[in-house]
Amino acid sequence: MTSKFKQLLGSGKFMVTSEISPPKGTNIEKIIHHIDLLKDRVDALNVTDHQSSVMRFPSLGGCLAIKERGGEPILQMTCRDRNRIALQAELLLAYSRNIRNVLCLTGDAVIVGDNKEAKGVFDLDSLQLLRTIRQMESGKDLGGNDLDGTIEFCAGAIVTPEAKPIEPQLIKFEKKVEAGAEFFQTQAIYDLDNFAKFMQYARQSPVKILAGIVLLSSAKMAKYMTDNVPGIFVPQYLIDELASSPKGGALKKGIEIAGRMIATLKKEALCDGVHIMAIGREEVVPDILQSAGFSSNPTQSAT
Amino acid sequence: MKSITKQKPFDEIKQQLDNFGRVYIMGCGTCATMTKTGGKEEVLGMKKRLEELDKLVTGWTVIPTACDEMTEVAIREVDGSIRNVHCILVLACALGVHRVSLYIDKPVIPALDTLFIGVEDSPGYFHEVCAQCGHCILGETAGICPLTACHKGLLNGPCGGTNNGKCEVDKEKDCAWTLIYQRLKDQGRLDLMRKYHRPKNYQVVPRPKITRLA
Repeated sequence: MTSKFKQLLGSGKFMVTSEISPPKGTNIEKIIHHIDLLKDRVDALNVTDHQSSVMRFPSLGGCLAIKERGGEPILQMTCRDRNRIALQAELLLAYSRNIRNVLCLTGDAVIVGDNKEAKGVFDLDSLQLLRTIRQMESGKDLGGNDLDGTIEFCAGAIVTPEAKPIEPQLIKFEKKVEAGAEFFQTQAIYDLDNFAKFMQYARQSPVKILAGIVLLSSAKMAKYMTDNVPGIFVPQYLIDELASSPKGGALKKGIEIAGRMIATLKKEALCDGVHIMAIGREEVVPDILQSAGFSSNPTQSAT
Repeated sequence: MKSITKQKPFDEIKQQLDNFGRVYIMGCGTCATMTKTGGKEEVLGMKKRLEELDKLVTGWTVIPTACDEMTEVAIREVDGSIRNVHCILVLACALGVHRVSLYIDKPVIPALDTLFIGVEDSPGYFHEVCAQCGHCILGETAGICPLTACHKGLLNGPCGGTNNGKCEVDKEKDCAWTLIYQRLKDQGRLDLMRKYHRPKNYQVVPRPKITRLA
């Protein structure tokens, strides 16, 4: 059974994905609410894997909840916390529970998180994880041993179009394509001219690119990201636009900016879709979609 | 090659010596002298601090190279001063502590933490060059080991955390893959960066690591 997400990727429609973050604990009320809010408004939902190295409820658990509620999950897998045995085993479990999409990531460093003394594993890197999936699909595990029942995933990766210097990232992008990545969700982009240049380059590869849209919730947050988050650059005119919004209206302005960017990307067919990251404000993803001109009816908004 | 060490917090040293009143101190004349953690000056400094704690320091020595087999001879020479001590406090790297403990049937206490095997870039600045993984790829990475110099030990290029040539864990630290990229580019060998490196064999010499030269 090919993944629903993969079928849509191949259909040529403008894709919309978003992501949800599991709880720090066993209270899954909020994530269930976010799943119900978003599952019919987007083509697939990523579940983050201990994002920023913060110990949480696992990505796989979130993906299972999405399946139970009839949504289409993308399992985020980082290489930080599991060695190759554990990663392969998790792919087997995910496949057996009808999860069909995986996003392969290196993972943030352990020491940016909240269990700072833990051992960072990184037995594999994101590229090797992509190749592991392809090898397991051929019926063998990484040790070359036969599998009794194989897997099949729509596998994706990430790329940072604003990285400086950019060339090493592009070389890695090409290696990921060769390793079998079918889609890319990019790090946040804000400068559409720069992104258009990146897309001109990326179009040479037979992969689908979903532009990363990170919601800006205030001028302060935008400036903080530019100064502190690698590969994120918010142009000054956007920071000014947020700063000039009426008191208490910055979030509304951020929603408007995200919606405007998505609408432009779609109208100019700059890329194959968007991946919306609302970072703790998943509630407003439907507002972003509405602002981008998508229908507010959940069953039609993402089509 | 140098063993880079750092003195343990004094409270930890004190705690390790809790039940020991008579102490003999040993330093090392090689790496620990160079890193100013276990030379004569540091040994005398430690002696003074222990005496302030009312410990009886029966004597001290700086062994020329604590990790080599001549340490046995050096220990025999000071036998009289260590016969009646409760423990030996060693200001050397773990290799030295290990060597000393082979020849003395008394508690041997480390005063230093061994940080890494590294080189000195400029006086007082050291960095790790090799993780001794058992399979060297420096020929393909312009002499910079990504397993060692990249925080995550990535073999196939930089992660998304690199920023203007710096590492996501510390803005003062260089991104290993940006350095490798620049050097390979300068050498006209950027094609090497496109090469796929398969998952590493972490069992080249399984622990405990022992080998016999042919």
